[in-house]
Amino acid sequence: MKPLFIDSKMRLDPAEHKVPNDSYTLGPIQAGEPCCIPKTLFSIKNLSLHYGTKPALKNVSLDIYEGCITALIGPSGCGKTSFLSTLNRLTDMLPDCKVTGDIQFNGNDLRDPSVDVLGLRRDIGMIFQKPVPFLLSIRRNIELPLREHGITKQSEVDSIVQQVLQDVGLWEEVKDRLESSALALSGGQQQRLCIARALALKPKVLLMDEPCSALDPISSAVVEDLITSLRGRYTVIIVTHNLAQAKRIANYAGFFWVSDRAGCLIEFGQCKQVFEAPVHELTAAYVDGSRG
Amino acid sequence: MSTNTLATCLIWLAALFVTAVFVCLLADIISQGLTGLSWSYLIEPPQDAGRAGGIGSIIVSTGLILLVAIATSAPLGLATAILLTEFSTQKSTFAQFVERSLDVLSGIPSIIFGLFGNAFFCIYLGLGFSILSGGLTLACMALPILIRTATEGLRAVPNDYRLSAAALSMTRTSALIHLLVPAATPALVAGLMLGIGRAGAETAALIFTSGYVDRMPDSVMDSGRALSVHIYDLSMNVAGGDAKANSAALVLIILLFVINSVSSFLANHWMHKRIIHL
Amino acid sequence: MSLSHTDQNLSLILQLCALIAAAVVLLILVFLLSESWPVLQHVSVWRFFSDDAWHPAQDLYNITPMLSATLLSTLGALLLSTPLGIASALFTRYYAPPALAAWYRRLIELLAGIPSVVYGLWGLTTLAPLVGQLHPPGVSLLTAILVLALMILPTIALTVDSALRAVPVAYHHSAAALGLSRWAIIKNIILPAAHSGITSSVMLAAGRAIGETMAVLMVAGNVVQHPHSLFASVRTLTANIALEMSYAMGDHRAALFVAGLALMLMVLLLVSSAELFKRRSLCLQIH
Repeated sequence: MKPLFIDSKMRLDPAEHKVPNDSYTLGPIQAGEPCCIPKTLFSIKNLSLHYGTKPALKNVSLDIYEGCITALIGPSGCGKTSFLSTLNRLTDMLPDCKVTGDIQFNGNDLRDPSVDVLGLRRDIGMIFQKPVPFLLSIRRNIELPLREHGITKQSEVDSIVQQVLQDVGLWEEVKDRLESSALALSGGQQQRLCIARALALKPKVLLMDEPCSALDPISSAVVEDLITSLRGRYTVIIVTHNLAQAKRIANYAGFFWVSDRAGCLIEFGQCKQVFEAPVHELTAAYVDGSRG
Repeated sequence: MSTNTLATCLIWLAALFVTAVFVCLLADIISQGLTGLSWSYLIEPPQDAGRAGGIGSIIVSTGLILLVAIATSAPLGLATAILLTEFSTQKSTFAQFVERSLDVLSGIPSIIFGLFGNAFFCIYLGLGFSILSGGLTLACMALPILIRTATEGLRAVPNDYRLSAAALSMTRTSALIHLLVPAATPALVAGLMLGIGRAGAETAALIFTSGYVDRMPDSVMDSGRALSVHIYDLSMNVAGGDAKANSAALVLIILLFVINSVSSFLANHWMHKRIIHL
Repeated sequence: MSLSHTDQNLSLILQLCALIAAAVVLLILVFLLSESWPVLQHVSVWRFFSDDAWHPAQDLYNITPMLSATLLSTLGALLLSTPLGIASALFTRYYAPPALAAWYRRLIELLAGIPSVVYGLWGLTTLAPLVGQLHPPGVSLLTAILVLALMILPTIALTVDSALRAVPVAYHHSAAALGLSRWAIIKNIILPAAHSGITSSVMLAAGRAIGETMAVLMVAGNVVQHPHSLFASVRTLTANIALEMSYAMGDHRAALFVAGLALMLMVLLLVSSAELFKRRSLCLQIH
């Protein structure tokens, strides 16, 4: 199997987790346009997706830039979630799902059958709309994927658990009840636990499928701040229905719409341009609220 | 009187009639069985072909037969259920073939299992009339119900679990071991109890496989008499065995009632409580 | 589907297990065939219907008396328990107050779990003497019918209940909104909608009745004869196998396996057509 790693140093290296906490904090966090054109991480060309004979996505082409937050907006059922699932090959698990087109991830063909899918999914984490805490303790929720990937030394595991929980701002809230069930957490806490669980694997990319839509406004704001703080360290692709949120956090935005009963990408560009000077009239109507 | 009122009366009457008949039946079985029931009856060995003594050795034989049946059918059933739910799509030819075979298997009458068990386990495999033969025959019978309940239990685990585990780059194997099977445990245990209940009620499949010998079995290669076979033998072949047969019937019913109640409690409450959170 | 090495290994093991589970049914068929082969080689199938009597020791293999007993007892049991079973299901779903319905359903479930040998014992000690007062000897076709009817009633009630549950509530509500009476709704809307499911459950019950051994064996009297009345003692196919297996040798034993084969074919026919009906009712609902 061909590894698809960006940089071998970015793999979960036990030694790396010993670096002091401050290496996890970032410089000034900015929304809006990036200061320079960053490196292309995903390059997607003519991506189409069918469920059985039903088309879900048609001819989507776009580039995702490293270290940026890319927001995908558009009405329900226009294939945004399906699009995300192709990027970590989760579509492999859906029966009847057929993907065509070309996805380059860091210069390699992501859809090559010989790609090590487990390694790929380690590099590309995913957060779902509904938080899915496993029926385990809070600690075990994070521990389980770590141990799965060969990190078994208790001290390392403990330090990673603490680090990622601090990263998502959950440490203070749960440090005294790490052994209690993750199901006892509130919705917002559960979602942050899920993000922590994904971060523990040190992915390069985070795919987020409407991570705030199932949460109350306050938890939603906390998670949003968290996502903003990931900028630069992670490449984030976020699907959201909340236009204001997309505007606040994203560097790039893509607008999906349903045409001919299949989702397609109408417009893609820098966030500011998409929201303030959209090229396509559908985009203009959607972002100012008169359509969709 | 309008048709509607007539229909209402008839349906209430039917329900009353059914209730009355069944309450009579239960009261009969309980009152007749209760007279001979005592602690010593449960632990003493039968004497004089069962006319005297208790059912100690018979309960041990029944337990051993059920143990053999569950020990063989549970792993096989769980594995098949996992294959059907996690490793194949419902449309695949192999999965279809397995499911059809199990449908057919669940329709086969127990006396046929008796014939098959006698020909295959007792004679062809040379196990003779033994607890092992009887247990294996019951294992074949219990397979469809075990697989069906386990499949339902696993399918009730939200798909989010599988996708989340995959997104965390866990193998399917470890997602199964750490997440899916634990989440489905109540349903799996409930299915197991249901299977035990069915197997424990079985008579016709055991007469020619585990035999009639009512001594305390030394090993699973010994012939052993199951509780249901004991009831049959006492009432049909032993003159004056009716009283003891009634007591044995009551013991069997109480046993099955407890097993079935535990099963439905697990299926309805425990499973519900665990899955509803998502 | 792309699988890792661990997953591929597990998948292989699971496939092996599933193959074993699926092979059981083939194994049963193979053994029934191979065990009945010796007698089928020199006794034509037709002789099982045309011989003078069932005397395997004298090379006579007429199974029709047993066949007629099996079919008659099944038919009688169905005639009694189908209306009662459907009425029970209607009662729990549309007539009884919820608390009563829950208790009633629990009673029916309890009865569904009672082993056949206990039904047989009760039939023998309680029912047979009652029937005997009407007309001796008591152990008869009628007793068998009554016990069988009691045994399959819970099956019918529970399966019809789930067929009724599958009828969309909207049917019931929209019919009620038209001012139809309860019986009119049931007769014109609910029962037709659940028709396939009900047929399927009756067939399933018929399969159970045909295959039932112990209860019938204990109360039917076990005389090999075409029944001339309801009070005649009869012997069903299943009872015949259970009674004679213990001492049958050679061709006699093989002939019993032939009877088993015939039984299995009948039951499979019923069960598979029940499955067909069930699937059709599912299609209707999805539609």
